[in-house]
Amino acid sequence: MDPRKPGTRLRSAVCDTEVMVIAAPAVAIELRCGGAPMIDIAESPPPGASCHPDAKGGTALGKRYVDEAGDLELLCTKPGEGSLTIAKTPLTVKGAKPLPSSD
Amino acid sequence: MLLEMATSAFSDRVALRSGDDQWTYAELFAAAGSAAAEVSAAGTERLAVIDVSSPAVPVGLFASAWAGIPFVPLNYRLTEGELESLIQRITPAYLVTDTDRVATLSKLPNTTVASRRAFLEQAGSGTAPPPSWPMEPDAIALLLFTSGTTGAPKAAVLRHKHLISYILGSVEFGAAGEDDATLVSVPPYHVAGVAAILSSVYAGRRIVQLPNFSAEAWIDLARRERVTHAFVVPTMLARIVECLEGSDNLDLPCLRALAYGGGKMPLPVIERALKRLPGTSFTNAYGLTETSSTVSVLGPAEHRAALASDDETAKRRLASVGRPLPGVEVEIQDEAGRPLGPGERGEIHVRGEQVSGEYLGQGVTLGPDGWFATRDGGSMDAEGYLFVDGRIDDVIVRGGENISPGEIEEVLLEHEAVADCAVVGVPDEHWGEAVAAAIVLGKDRPASPEELRTWVKDRLRSSRTPERIEFSKGLPYSETGKLLRRKVRAQLRGDAS
Repeated sequence: MDPRKPGTRLRSAVCDTEVMVIAAPAVAIELRCGGAPMIDIAESPPPGASCHPDAKGGTALGKRYVDEAGDLELLCTKPGEGSLTIAKTPLTVKGAKPLPSSD
Repeated sequence: MLLEMATSAFSDRVALRSGDDQWTYAELFAAAGSAAAEVSAAGTERLAVIDVSSPAVPVGLFASAWAGIPFVPLNYRLTEGELESLIQRITPAYLVTDTDRVATLSKLPNTTVASRRAFLEQAGSGTAPPPSWPMEPDAIALLLFTSGTTGAPKAAVLRHKHLISYILGSVEFGAAGEDDATLVSVPPYHVAGVAAILSSVYAGRRIVQLPNFSAEAWIDLARRERVTHAFVVPTMLARIVECLEGSDNLDLPCLRALAYGGGKMPLPVIERALKRLPGTSFTNAYGLTETSSTVSVLGPAEHRAALASDDETAKRRLASVGRPLPGVEVEIQDEAGRPLGPGERGEIHVRGEQVSGEYLGQGVTLGPDGWFATRDGGSMDAEGYLFVDGRIDDVIVRGGENISPGEIEEVLLEHEAVADCAVVGVPDEHWGEAVAAAIVLGKDRPASPEELRTWVKDRLRSSRTPERIEFSKGLPYSETGKLLRRKVRAQLRGDAS
């Protein structure tokens, strides 16, 4: 699954994680969750699959995950036990910007 | 999607309180799903709500997104004829309204009409299976009709990508505490009314609705519901402060944050509010419908610093709308589109992912570089603080000189006898336009037109001194706090109004 279009929703093939693409790089990337390539939200995960032991950091609801260059940004819409990576490089949580409530 | 996330994080938390009714996040989510199924089954292409701030608004808003059709909140104060002409532009449409209007609206072609009660009962029954929902960032989320002061109302188009970008850029998911509550008193057809619902749901904050604003009702509800956050337009704040000042033992102990916007805030009002509510954080938010609400904010610390400071620059900040949000750029441009430097007055331009600048039937009105021309005049200081003068269309052209009414109004309001004022241009044989002012005097002391003229003359150039001054009991404001200059102009011109 190539997450190049903002608004695309993806799910993990091995845990409960679901994300929505907020910003995407221009080039194809190998986006994984729990060590396995992510699949389209409409697809069903293969039965019996589980997270790779090296990719079990977990995802948190409402957090935004970015790559080092800042080209890719994902919003976690459902948490799971796998962690998000591009190939084997982990994505990091985007820091919150404290802002006064304006509405 | 925003609501689904909130539901999975805090399903049992109260999402909405309206009168004695309350809905948890799980209930609101179920209601939106079932309303979406109902609306989809009716085969309509838009969902319009013609109602005060009621549960039909958030249910309708989320149901529309779920059904993949635009949500259209319409002004319930419009006349029958005005409403009909707007509805004709959005059919086939599903209309939700208060019971009085169901029969009249049902006569319109291509509409399915439900009363608020029937709509909410159907939604609350949760029997219909919810449709699977699309997530198309380019789909239209919201159509908001502008007030149409200069012509037929335009329908501003906000797409899901604009609203999501605004929410993600300004709110942290689940940031609200268990007891946080926000009081929504702006009407649902105002962009701030919609933004408040989205922000509160994403933050996990309880929404408390006040259908008809009065200062007494607002204060009473804020105290009873232990409200922590609220947004008001300047005219509302003026009345709230007046009401609080009239009673020494009235306080708002839970109110932590009060945001305001939607029109120019008179300095004396915000100064009095800061003094009367020392424990509350004030935020000034500037934005437009076309920019998905707020684009710049003046934060609480800046408010307190301005009030406490003797430094002129810091003090002046209280009249500023602050600095742009992250992800939003603001630039002052001259008439040829060239960027202007600090302190220079021009037109405010805004750029960013939350900026739509699109109208139904007119397309996107953004410039080639993505800048949206706000038609607001203003300037920016050296540190990036934005000052809004007012609508460019309100500028008075006197003998070839452009005069911003806001500048003169500011000076007049500093006079201790002046409670409120409006400056407009009136036709003048000699100058083309002459400066005229409608003044509302406070209770404390009288003032003569001559005294006020001298006051302005001493502080601004003589061309800015009002040639005509009339005293008035009150100025005409719209329900969303906008000064109706058209009416002031008619009055000062001597037209029947």
